Amino acid sequence: MDLTKDAEAAQSALRTMWTIRRFEEAVDDLFGRGLMHGTMHLSIGQEAVPTGACLALADGDYITSTHRGHGHCIAKGAKLDRMMAELLAKETGYCRGRGGSMHIADVATGNLGANGIVAGGVPIAAGAGLAVRMRRQPHAVLSFFGDGAVNEGAWHEGVNLAAIWDLPVVFVCENNHYGMSMAVNKAFRVERLAERAKAYGIPGVTVDGNDPQAVHDAVAEAVERARAGRGPSLIEAVTYRWKGHSKSDKNLYRSREEIDSWRERDPITLFEAAVLGSGTLAEAELERCRDEARDAVRDAIRTANAAPDAAADELASAVYAGGPS
Amino acid sequence: MTSTVDTVRELTYAEAIREALAQAMEADERVFLFGEDVGIYGGAFGVTGDLVHRFGTERVRDTPISELGIVGAAVGAALAGMRPIVEIQFSDFTAQAMDQIANQAAKIHFMLGGAAEVPMVLRAPGGSGTGAAAQHSQSLEAWFAHVPGLKVVMPATVADAKGLLLAAIDDPNPVVVLEHKLLYKQSGQVPADSGRVPLGEAAIRREGTDLTMVATGVMVSRALEAADQLAADGISATVVDPRTLKPLDSGSIVDAVVATGRALLVQEAPRSGGFMAEVAALIGDSPAFGYLRAPIRRLCGLDVPIPYAPQLERAAVPQVPDIVAEATRLVREW
Ligand SMILES: Cc1ncc(C[n+]2csc(CCOP(=O)(O)OP(=O)(O)O)c2C)c(N)n1
Ligand SMILES: [Mg+2]
Repeated sequence: MDLTKDAEAAQSALRTMWTIRRFEEAVDDLFGRGLMHGTMHLSIGQEAVPTGACLALADGDYITSTHRGHGHCIAKGAKLDRMMAELLAKETGYCRGRGGSMHIADVATGNLGANGIVAGGVPIAAGAGLAVRMRRQPHAVLSFFGDGAVNEGAWHEGVNLAAIWDLPVVFVCENNHYGMSMAVNKAFRVERLAERAKAYGIPGVTVDGNDPQAVHDAVAEAVERARAGRGPSLIEAVTYRWKGHSKSDKNLYRSREEIDSWRERDPITLFEAAVLGSGTLAEAELERCRDEARDAVRDAIRTANAAPDAAADELASAVYAGGPS
Repeated sequence: MTSTVDTVRELTYAEAIREALAQAMEADERVFLFGEDVGIYGGAFGVTGDLVHRFGTERVRDTPISELGIVGAAVGAALAGMRPIVEIQFSDFTAQAMDQIANQAAKIHFMLGGAAEVPMVLRAPGGSGTGAAAQHSQSLEAWFAHVPGLKVVMPATVADAKGLLLAAIDDPNPVVVLEHKLLYKQSGQVPADSGRVPLGEAAIRREGTDLTMVATGVMVSRALEAADQLAADGISATVVDPRTLKPLDSGSIVDAVVATGRALLVQEAPRSGGFMAEVAALIGDSPAFGYLRAPIRRLCGLDVPIPYAPQLERAAVPQVPDIVAEATRLVREW
């Protein structure tokens, strides 16, 4: 799929990236005004990764996500109003207000959940791949995680299981240069995180994570390989987190210049320039994508705000499947 | 003889911990810190603050996100002559490190016939109340208290945050210090130079005649607030803060229950298998049994993961009105 030449694909990619951006800006604003509770991890600046990756997936494919998971959820097809309702602690939220941002999931679209535990989703992705294989389904599983996850034991164990069992899993590392304040070049001795693939005998590539086309191409190839029974792959998508890690972040570990230099490589601006340059979309069509994203987020906030608050009365019976024990 | 006068100042709980860390590092070059974001970031909750600027990156080390490696490296460093202090960003992530905590740190001294010691401290914040949901809000003290070889501390006041930590650092055993997120910004009086609080000594926070409340962590201040309200209603409560769960000061708890004849045990953690079940059994097994005028009651968190929504989160753990209501029932009905 050529995102910059195919008008429909280009619009789809652009709308998704703008929707993620506008959704997170809205969340940032609601949080700042004290209208949203808890903690928040924003992926502004990283929108090309989930967008390019999920365009290479089909219905029935699974993803596992992270604490920075709004983009993954949106790109996999979740409904914005139910996401917003979850963050606003409403009964109509995806998790009925029990999970919040860090546990948001839309199981119906194959999103097995964000995760509060760094690398928690990696072995789970291997397990979902195992189920797909044992049930002889044609699906693939895509596991999103950050650079920080690559130094957790769970990551290594999950990737190795997928490798030795040739499971249909695509491991997508969003290398945004930091795990909280820990710079990648301090946390690793390898030059590229994709090199870790060698240790598990699987293919590993590094791509420009601010280019949805590059992400898409790498993921599409890995998905094809997975579906053909040839096992997992590791893709390192290099990108950058514009905002602080979370609300407590004073950005003491990086410079204003560094942040600005990455803001100049805004994945959305670059993609818009590419589709305009290739003549695939006209300015009016770009404008329409932006407006649609803005309106969709506004509608989601309105719908979510009108919904009832999450109800506390059923908590004790909500713990076990199959009803109260 | 010159007597030194210790200055007492107002610090926050986080500052009191930082002061203990700094004093321990100044006093003993074997003491050093490591963990995720403890350096330039100053710790996820700001506890380590500027320590990296004062002691350098050799002794205040940032690590990758590798909890098992962090705790294991502390065990190794302790075995080889250092006195490591590790911070686990949320106590929930001790799950990642549990092999090194429970199978290694806790058991090595015993398994090696006493030939080795593991003098290390693991600090981690627990508890709910911040909207961080189920994987960042647990109260896991019972996990650790169940493992022979670990000492377990839960500082509930600002002075204890410093004093218990200093004692934990001195101890030749692995000590798990469970701090509470909601307390980090609270202020209190702390002695500048001394203030060590020995492990294994409970504090009687308030003395009364009608019932004894035993509470841990953030429930200590909630029990005290409840006790104030109960007093206005003519009910006089003792509040015992065990401070150290392992070793537990059973004598102080038993004596306090003997004196009032009623026991209300308050914890944030879920009820089933919780630490207050141990305290209840201790009272039931002790001479206090003969003095009881009422059944021993527990007020605990629900047996549920901590939910995200604020109203759900509040409903999941005891609040001051719950304590007042339960204490009132216990006194009025018995
Ligand atoms: C097991 C575990 N350890 C630590 C944390 C605290 N924490 C949450 S996100 C984060 C940084 C994660 O970095 P990375 O994987 O690169 O993802 P990013 O935040 O950059 O998207 C840390 C340390 C956690 N949630 N889980
Ligand atoms: Mg990162």
